[in-house]
Amino acid sequence: MNLLETRDLGVSRGPCPVLHGITLRVAPGEFVGLLGPNGAGKTTFLRAALGLIASSGQSSLASLPQGERARAASFLPQGREIAWPMPVEAVVALGRTAHPSATRATDRAAVERALARMGLEALRHRSATELSGGEQARTLIARALAQEAPLLLADEPTAGLDPAAQIAVMETFADLAAAGGAVIASLHDLGLAARHCTRLILLHRGTLAADGPPRAVLTPDNLARVFGIRARLEDTSDGLVFQPLGRIAP
Amino acid sequence: MRLPYPALIALLTALVALMFAASLLIGPAAIGLSDSLGALFRGEGEAVTLVMREVRLPRAILGLFVGGALGLSGAMMQGMLRNPLAEPGLIGTSASAALGAVIAIQTGLAAAFTLALPLAALAGAMVSVALILALAGPRGTTLVLILAGIGISAMAGALTSLVLNLSPNPFAASEIMFWIMGSLADRSMVHVTLALPFMVLGIALALPVARGLDALTLGEDAAASMGVRVGRLRVLLVVSAAALVGGATAVAGAIGFVGLVVPHLLRRAVGARPALLLPASALGGSAMVLAADIAVRLIAPDRDLKLGVLTALVGAPFFLHLILRSRKEVL
Repeated sequence: MNLLETRDLGVSRGPCPVLHGITLRVAPGEFVGLLGPNGAGKTTFLRAALGLIASSGQSSLASLPQGERARAASFLPQGREIAWPMPVEAVVALGRTAHPSATRATDRAAVERALARMGLEALRHRSATELSGGEQARTLIARALAQEAPLLLADEPTAGLDPAAQIAVMETFADLAAAGGAVIASLHDLGLAARHCTRLILLHRGTLAADGPPRAVLTPDNLARVFGIRARLEDTSDGLVFQPLGRIAP
Repeated sequence: MRLPYPALIALLTALVALMFAASLLIGPAAIGLSDSLGALFRGEGEAVTLVMREVRLPRAILGLFVGGALGLSGAMMQGMLRNPLAEPGLIGTSASAALGAVIAIQTGLAAAFTLALPLAALAGAMVSVALILALAGPRGTTLVLILAGIGISAMAGALTSLVLNLSPNPFAASEIMFWIMGSLADRSMVHVTLALPFMVLGIALALPVARGLDALTLGEDAAASMGVRVGRLRVLLVVSAAALVGGATAVAGAIGFVGLVVPHLLRRAVGARPALLLPASALGGSAMVLAADIAVRLIAPDRDLKLGVLTALVGAPFFLHLILRSRKEVL
């Protein structure tokens, strides 16, 4: 049973295609890193897969009715927007919007699990807008967890976080996948992606450039063609280590 | 520690009830407490009954409606646009309703029959809603909605100025000026009957979708991914706000700052949750307009001080104070 299946997914802005021919399947247990330079179509892919923007082709999520889709997949948008100074607990509880017919006790239990998982119990009464960037990111991830959908789509979840917070986010996602869910996260940090993801999808100018385990995707050829960089990728006693070395003149 | 929500609502309801009673009991005709209650409920004393039932009661009911409409629509607009500076007039309804009223005064229709003015104002409001939905319907974005609202407001304002500019009759011009200032004086039960359906429609459209406003706190994409139909929500809220503001402006003229300040005042008290802010803000708006309407009667009983002038006079400095305070919180 796949949690997401797209066939020939494409998006056009006016006459020019920004994403085309994306066919892929994501199964439970996978932590997928969505890679690509700025403008490669990562955000567009996530939004099209969710049915938030008009697209051609098929996406198993986009074809669901909106209420059902909210229980099949949760989404962490790129801008960490929290418009009002709501308490952390209330922000996390917003994830329960996806379950209009759940009982109050079920809602509360889900919110408590999400707060505990992200270590937010001590902050639960604090105003979410007064928190640090890392704490806000944790709050919003907890909100997505409270939605309790099997698939999580996250758009640059590690952007602007300190190293410990970045690793914490990646470990949380890896745990979710290990527990039988799946995560698709767009990432700019190839090192984090190499270490934590089970699978990488590389987008280049709106098309699928590579798809597979980290070693098979982060090849010198792919890095040169898509990112214009060269890098060292090594299996060490600490696991897979990736370090960009320099640019390649185009 | 914050007051629990039911306690806050009970407190605000009590405040509204108090203001409503005070509005009935305070006025230029000095009537004793027992006399006024006797007249209101049992019709004792012909002149007093007339004052209570035909003058003060409609005025108090309209204060309740207009304040509630402004407070509710202000909270809705701020929640929908995720901006504490949004106000009910933003979608152009109040300016368009004012234009309708001004045309009714200028053409003499308002003098010909009583309801011409509020009906023309409602027609103006409806035209603005049709325009804004055509420009920024279900597929439009919030930015398009704001820009369309600004455009419609500017157009209606310009046409109002044109009418004033070309007005050959100085009396009509001054009548227009006074009407625009906003007032609840000399209204009748007919005005109450006219405004009522719009208030009911506005509330009926807004409350069922209130939970969507909470989800909108995290942005439109996040809300949509949580199952909120954002486009539908936006249309329902725009139509609801237009019904509330159109109805209020038609019977009371332009009363500023209530829709902006009241949601601000109560936001902290409801834990900043947009959906919980709606009922609280409606009650707070009622209390504020009733209080302001009592104040205009007490401050200058014989000068006909306009309600809208007072709310702006009190509201603007208060608003600056709020900005100053929030700036301190940020620093």
